[in-house]
Amino acid sequence: MRDLTNEILELIRRTSSDLPKDVEERLRAAIEKEAPGSAARGALETIIKNIALSRKNSSPICQDTGTPIFYVKYPAGWSTLQLKKQIRTALADATKKSYMRPNAVDAIYDKNSGNNLGGDDFPYIHFDEVEGDELTIELMLKGGGCENVGAQYSMPDNRLGAGRDLAGVRKVVLDAVHKAQGQGCAPGILGVAIGGDRGSGYVKSKEVLYEKIGVRNPDPKLAALEEQLTGEANQMGIGPMGFGGQTTVIDTKITGLHRLPASYFVTISYMCWAYRRRKMVVKAGGEVVYD
Amino acid sequence: MREVTIPISDAVIRSLKVGEPAALTGVMITGRDTVHKWMIETFIKKTRPPQGDDLQVYEALKPLLDGGVIYHCGPVVSGLDTKQYKFVAAGPTTSIREEPYQADVMKHFNARGVIGKGGMGAKTLKGCQEGPFVYFHAIGGAATFIAQSVTKVLGVYKYDFGVPEAIWVIEVKDFPVVVTMDAHGQSLHEVVEKESGKVLAELLAK
Repeated sequence: MRDLTNEILELIRRTSSDLPKDVEERLRAAIEKEAPGSAARGALETIIKNIALSRKNSSPICQDTGTPIFYVKYPAGWSTLQLKKQIRTALADATKKSYMRPNAVDAIYDKNSGNNLGGDDFPYIHFDEVEGDELTIELMLKGGGCENVGAQYSMPDNRLGAGRDLAGVRKVVLDAVHKAQGQGCAPGILGVAIGGDRGSGYVKSKEVLYEKIGVRNPDPKLAALEEQLTGEANQMGIGPMGFGGQTTVIDTKITGLHRLPASYFVTISYMCWAYRRRKMVVKAGGEVVYD
Repeated sequence: MREVTIPISDAVIRSLKVGEPAALTGVMITGRDTVHKWMIETFIKKTRPPQGDDLQVYEALKPLLDGGVIYHCGPVVSGLDTKQYKFVAAGPTTSIREEPYQADVMKHFNARGVIGKGGMGAKTLKGCQEGPFVYFHAIGGAATFIAQSVTKVLGVYKYDFGVPEAIWVIEVKDFPVVVTMDAHGQSLHEVVEKESGKVLAELLAK
């Protein structure tokens, strides 16, 4: 089997230092909505300067290089054991090269491993065998500030008067955005999973964040709710960094899961503006393409 | 843009108002979760006896923090093998986690400024008035940009806390911040939370 360690290292470098264009475009567009001289506008202007500088220097956009979350879609013939080893080697290399901060801390003994490898679960790697002959590795780096403001609601939520339906979902998502204020590095992107159990809800609320900005759920009901939530979240005026302003949420992505009759969870993953996600594809002929 | 030199005098601290952009120049230290907990337990509440080089580090920190600034930051640092340290990426981390500790730490060390992101709560705001000290907000995630204003890494204490949690002593020039909590009881975060809460209540009533 081919050794992809160097190609994965390049994927990590790009993810940490080169913000996707679709995100940058939305951040640029947000500048014009803020008043000249306002703290919100200043924040967005600094963010744009930082994006260009990180790209130029191959240095991390944010010093919190986050939890590395890998999704690997492999056709028959690849060894997940070997791919996992290569991902882990590449991640340790990336840490040495300062593309990544050493971010894996033993929760019991408070010890930083120093190389971003911790037990079997850090980094997080998800494997799926797929049809066809292309191997795809997607990487998301999700910082701790935004991870900490994620939320899960068990419906009904009596405090908010939120029931077990989409009207209730709307209420708890807006509540989560309000609670987050600027703590998650607004403007943010919301990943929402409706249903599932506590575990699968959080997994899926992150998985939807691999889609590009503006991609709507194919179900028109959910697509409409996505648009509505982005609009209403912005009405709250929390603004970039929580300084007060027009743009608090750039996009909302919702997915539905099957649930138990007894359970109705709404899970929200908040992604900061430093929405670092990249993809590499190994074509059938061996060519590696990055997106 | 106000130019502020560290150490900062009480008069300058009292003259800073919420919403004011400032550029900081001088020497500051980084300190986040582990450092605040360690300071409180070892030197302030003294619930844990000093160990290893604790007292030595304490003596070194005292002059640095008198009139000084604590930066909530866990940087990406190059040159770890050679000890030719350089900050590669160094934006702020979320400050609210230090809410139980901040006011007491500032008071104990006579520190005048804290830099972070997301703002802090009522206990810290009260501490700002009593100190006096102010809360400076840096732009979250703007790590490469902010690292440019770190001109020199002067040293590191408590390296065994791990790179993000260690105490890095840094020299900065024109470090960009906005005052969001001042020494007069004003907090931008309190205002935004309240105003956005009113809109939320209207939206929930629909």
